[in-house]
Amino acid sequence: MSLLEIEKLNLSIYGMPILRDVSLALDAGKVLGIVGESGSGKSMTAMSVMQLLPAGSEWSGHIRLDGRSLGDCSEREMCGIRGNDIGMVFQEPMTALNPVQTIGDQVAETILIHTGASKREAKAIAREALNRVGLPEDRFPLDRYPHNLSGGQRQRVVIAMAIALKPRLLIADEPTTALDVTTQAQILNLLKRLVGEDDMGLVLITHDLAVVADMADEIAIMKDGEVVESGETVALFRQMSHPYTRALFEASGHVPARKTHVVDAARAPVVRVDEVIRDYALPRTSLFSAPGHFRAVDRVSLSIARGENVGLVGESGCGKSTLTRAILALDAIQGGEIRLNGDMFSSAGSGPDRDSRRQVQVVFQDPYSSFNPRHRVDRLITEPFHLLDNPPTGAERRERIVRALTDVGLQASDADKYIHEFSGGQRQRIAIARALIIEPSLIVLDEAVSALDVSIRAQILDLLADLSDRRQVSYLFISHDLSVVRAITDRVLVMKSGRIVEEGPTEEVFLNPQHDYTKELLAATPILDVALSARERRESSRNRSEI
Amino acid sequence: MSDMSLNSRPVSGVIGSALRSPSFMIGFLLTVLFVLAAVISFVWVPYDVTVLNIPNKLKAPSLEHWFGTDIFGRDIFSMIMVGARVSIAVALVAVGIGIVAGVPLGLLAAARHGSLLDEVIMRGNDLVFAFPALLIAIMITAVFGPGAINAIIAIGIFNIPVFARLARGAALSLWTRDYVLAARVAGKGQARISAEHILPNILNLLIVQGTIQFSLGILAEAGLAFVGLGTQPPLPSWGRMLAEHQTLYALAPQTVIFPGLAIVLTVLGLNLMGDGLRDIFDPRLRRAR
Repeated sequence: MSLLEIEKLNLSIYGMPILRDVSLALDAGKVLGIVGESGSGKSMTAMSVMQLLPAGSEWSGHIRLDGRSLGDCSEREMCGIRGNDIGMVFQEPMTALNPVQTIGDQVAETILIHTGASKREAKAIAREALNRVGLPEDRFPLDRYPHNLSGGQRQRVVIAMAIALKPRLLIADEPTTALDVTTQAQILNLLKRLVGEDDMGLVLITHDLAVVADMADEIAIMKDGEVVESGETVALFRQMSHPYTRALFEASGHVPARKTHVVDAARAPVVRVDEVIRDYALPRTSLFSAPGHFRAVDRVSLSIARGENVGLVGESGCGKSTLTRAILALDAIQGGEIRLNGDMFSSAGSGPDRDSRRQVQVVFQDPYSSFNPRHRVDRLITEPFHLLDNPPTGAERRERIVRALTDVGLQASDADKYIHEFSGGQRQRIAIARALIIEPSLIVLDEAVSALDVSIRAQILDLLADLSDRRQVSYLFISHDLSVVRAITDRVLVMKSGRIVEEGPTEEVFLNPQHDYTKELLAATPILDVALSARERRESSRNRSEI
Repeated sequence: MSDMSLNSRPVSGVIGSALRSPSFMIGFLLTVLFVLAAVISFVWVPYDVTVLNIPNKLKAPSLEHWFGTDIFGRDIFSMIMVGARVSIAVALVAVGIGIVAGVPLGLLAAARHGSLLDEVIMRGNDLVFAFPALLIAIMITAVFGPGAINAIIAIGIFNIPVFARLARGAALSLWTRDYVLAARVAGKGQARISAEHILPNILNLLIVQGTIQFSLGILAEAGLAFVGLGTQPPLPSWGRMLAEHQTLYALAPQTVIFPGLAIVLTVLGLNLMGDGLRDIFDPRLRRAR
């Protein structure tokens, strides 16, 4: 008998079908990876197991934990099961903890609810749980508050809460999506270790094939509320009998076809950042002394040639976003200068004029907050026309709108729609159209594909590669995702603590990293092929030893 | 045409949930009732409210005088109709002052967030907030003489910080949105971004606050009139009707019940409407219903 059995689970919310005939099984001590893109129903499957479904939900089928049917449990009984038999880890560690309670109280809370333990005993169990997730007592006493901890440390606290009572089943919903790669690797290792130590079942929900390829014993691939393919990890990847699995596999390792760009050394670079400094004022510590400052970008220099695609990678807090804002002249810089096509763009104490601003545009990460919801697409994408002395009107304006929309693969008729009528991927295309419409020489892509599903991401990368070939536009591609940067850029810069620590042609840096930090980043990045071949090796050696 | 109906979907969604919200509908109907009474009073009232008819004083409600007559023999129903006109006019202009002065101040403070100007504007608002509103209104009318105009100004001044704070708070969160950053990359200035991107997206909040302030304005006007600092005779006012007859409530209850009810129902109606609007404009609450 399996630990968790889901049999023919059907779920509808207000009559809308969400899940259809989902059947899954998980044994103790094993990891089940549920992979799918947004809207595939993977989180709803987890919520069905927890019986934490939104209002208006109706479900049928069987969910059994250790043979006990969860459908027959009352809400009271489910409260006893949640946290006790089933633990859950959520995606966003920043909001999963209560900011005004100490971490000790929060971990102890689960224990106090479910066991008859005294406060002192609960604290002792909480301490042990925190020790197990790698938060030792000397550095992380129980009276720490969440704001004292980094994102990865907070996720460890969340995991400690989930495993404090040694549940038989742990559900982790995108547990590392909000984390940096090096932190992600640590958290995944931690989860793997806990599964082994407690003989627990782990349901790992993720959109990232590379993560499950490394972690999961079995994988279920979901699409539109159905499990399209499931099976033992290596076998599933070897066969990939369902076309969607293959499409997902190809999309996640997708490298768009690109021409190699010949850099014309004689021409002035599109952008030249010279010794730029960006300081943030810290809060005053005393009324009479001047506030201190934090140097987020420390004498950074870089240059991008015409038509060249440059990647800027680094983990959160390394200063890459601050540098981006400085290049976009959204913030004033405190030292150095930025030149566009040889002309002064901004320097300490002076911002750009309208003419030079025209040369640089931007695409942001979040397709949902990038547009004013009250304007139509034609007005949204023509916003940069504000930078032109004689913005086109009438037929010419219409023509340029149509050209920009068709360039990014949308229809001319989309110009009259409002933004809520578009999906995330389409919105990102509109954002690219907005950046392209005044034909800038540099487009800054700030995590522009990070919020997209892999198949949509592949399409947008293709589009970007194609536009760069046709329009001779340069990209500054900022990302924490190294595989994406590798796919789309000619040259890569690695940033850490406000400085550029390594720089060079992308392939060279990826194949032969020089700086320790780059090596660390590359080692932590889950890569599908690598993870798969490592597993195959592991398994064949295990088979051999069994013989 | 089909294109139109597709694009107006968010609007029809708002109207649709308005019709389904009982609190909004009750509030809306009450408000409409009093606005209608005020508008009709310009062209027709059952009796002239400036003519005294002492022999006819303190009549109980009848077919002739629906709400009875007051101590000077005037028709209370007519006085309430004309009083609605005064109350609504005072409150409307006062809210108008608050919005016209407060919203730009708030938007400016948000656009210059963290600057000295922001500090000056917001601390100025704190200063106005620190005074008890009605006391200052009494002071203003005491210095410049009682009358509707002075009451309007006095109430209006206290609406300014309300709208300034609301506008600033809401605008601050919008300033960090990517579409505002994109507009800045497109070279648009602070004034233009405030008008194009910020104001339309905080309008719903301002409308909701406007209805609430409107009801507070009516209360404030009634309060000033009650102490004799609002509208002056012979123009009737709900607050003064209460004041004039406060000793007669046992003898002729209609003289205080009806103006009191008028005040209560108008304020209740506006508050219900404001609450309903808040629910309607907040899509999270809309879905939960």
